[in-house]
Amino acid sequence: MHNKSVAELSRELESGQVSSVELTQEFLDRIKREDSKYNSFITVTEEQALADARVADDQRAAGNATPWTGIPFAHKDIFCTNGVRTTCGSKMLENFVPPYDATVTANFRQAGAVCLGKTNMDEFAMGSSNENSYFGAVTNPWGLSEGNKRVPGGSSGGSAAAVAARLIPAATATDTGGSIRQPAALCGVTGLKPTYGRVSRYGMIAFASSLDQGGTMARTAEDNALMLNVMAGFDPKDSTSIDREVPDYTATLNEPLKGLRIGLPREYFSDQLSPAMEQQVRNAVKEYEKLGATVKEVSLPNAKLAIAAYYVIAPAEASANLSRFDGVRYGYRCEDPKDLMDLYTRSRAEGFGEEVKRRILVGTYALSAGYFDAYYLKAQKVRRLIQQDFINAFKEVDVLMSPTTPSPAFIQGEKTSDPVTMYLEDVFTIAINLAGVPAMSVPAGFVDGLPVGLQIIGDYFSEARLLNAAHQFQQVTDWHQREPQ
Amino acid sequence: MTISREDIEKVAVLARIRVDDEQVSALEKDLGNILDLVDQLGAADTDSVEPMAHPLNAVQRLRADEVTETNQREAFQAIAPATENGLYLVPRVIE
Repeated sequence: MHNKSVAELSRELESGQVSSVELTQEFLDRIKREDSKYNSFITVTEEQALADARVADDQRAAGNATPWTGIPFAHKDIFCTNGVRTTCGSKMLENFVPPYDATVTANFRQAGAVCLGKTNMDEFAMGSSNENSYFGAVTNPWGLSEGNKRVPGGSSGGSAAAVAARLIPAATATDTGGSIRQPAALCGVTGLKPTYGRVSRYGMIAFASSLDQGGTMARTAEDNALMLNVMAGFDPKDSTSIDREVPDYTATLNEPLKGLRIGLPREYFSDQLSPAMEQQVRNAVKEYEKLGATVKEVSLPNAKLAIAAYYVIAPAEASANLSRFDGVRYGYRCEDPKDLMDLYTRSRAEGFGEEVKRRILVGTYALSAGYFDAYYLKAQKVRRLIQQDFINAFKEVDVLMSPTTPSPAFIQGEKTSDPVTMYLEDVFTIAINLAGVPAMSVPAGFVDGLPVGLQIIGDYFSEARLLNAAHQFQQVTDWHQREPQ
Repeated sequence: MTISREDIEKVAVLARIRVDDEQVSALEKDLGNILDLVDQLGAADTDSVEPMAHPLNAVQRLRADEVTETNQREAFQAIAPATENGLYLVPRVIE
């Protein structure tokens, strides 16, 4: 049962072959039995899940079911869940129980899905290896047998590891610079970062508000489509939400790909990419040619500036967003503050981890008097140049394809000594967030027994086309079905 | 680009994060490396480029000036570190 997709489980619930209580119990048992190896969950909500499953079974019996009624899933611990602890991977929020639901949380509740818990993540979504969690690193289910524990990627590493290890069929995730696609690639699962503004950010704890976007993670493209059907849509509570019709993302999965124009950005097939990784990606592109797609090289000449622009914009926005954690209204407060300044500075020094503090300090510096024009304004101008590259590319082609990451999952501790080494992990994903376009990572092979992700990038609001392209690929390949041993 | 100890101490005050003396050297190196990375931006010609704030050039929506939120003071204060009589408690500010 645990190897089945959301779509398959939904059909079995519908036909009465299995109940939601049975399914929920099975996945809860798997989490209990297996997750000590991965540490992919921060909180498991067993009692609430079983209660929700009973309600879902009643709903099905009464004929009021959606495709999600009774389906077990998990939320990244960045989405506020009313009455359930929401930590964002931080000591700052170790005991934070939100008094409200994120819109994404409410949408899944409304659809009748059964949340089994909250998945581990890099603190405040800052990281590419899940080693920045206050609740401990997450271990990638792949490569365990070699004795070296490997990272699952980050920041949505808990969601990716849990889906890869079959602890849950699907999990929500968020992506500010690659935090859905990079862990999806390293764990061999399918993930989608939608267009900026497509999924509400309300109740999704903010990191860099002009880049943050909630999205989906599951093993198949079809399940990603089912998730997006629940998550996407206009939300008046999010001031940057886009008021635009939401299609049924499952309706176009079976469209033929004949005539699809694929562009390969030459900057993403550079010497940063290992030959073995490149081979896997090129093989995947060949599969698309067999399906009738045409392929040409394109250029994103400013993509090389993306990491530099990102590490001004993201820390600057983070420094503003994270100023709300003051030890007064909620979250961590230091012991015996001697005055108000001491309360602020020690609560924040003790409550935030090292990477979060580094980024707040960099962001504060970039926004401080005398530096604003040289850093923030300059980065926002470069951001437009990067966006223009994508606009130009999509005049010539329908989708862009590239590797998601320059190399497969690395060993824990390998990149923690210098923050900049870790930042380069996102070299192929960051420009997409700066432009605000949607992109997926799809399992596309293995190097040394570790999964390789194919990144598929689309024009604004082309999620249906991306999901269609990924689904058709998954009809002729089985990389997404491989199970870690 | 290097960042001085004084810069770090000043920024730490602005950010309201206590930084102990022994942490400053590590921050000097790490923040210096990050700023070196960021300095690549200087190479880009952006003379006639408008800064970008929103990918779809959306602007802030305005809502009607009506009260829509309900009072949830008790729920919000239940999760605060210290409250008394419906107020948030902080150390004495005025002597």
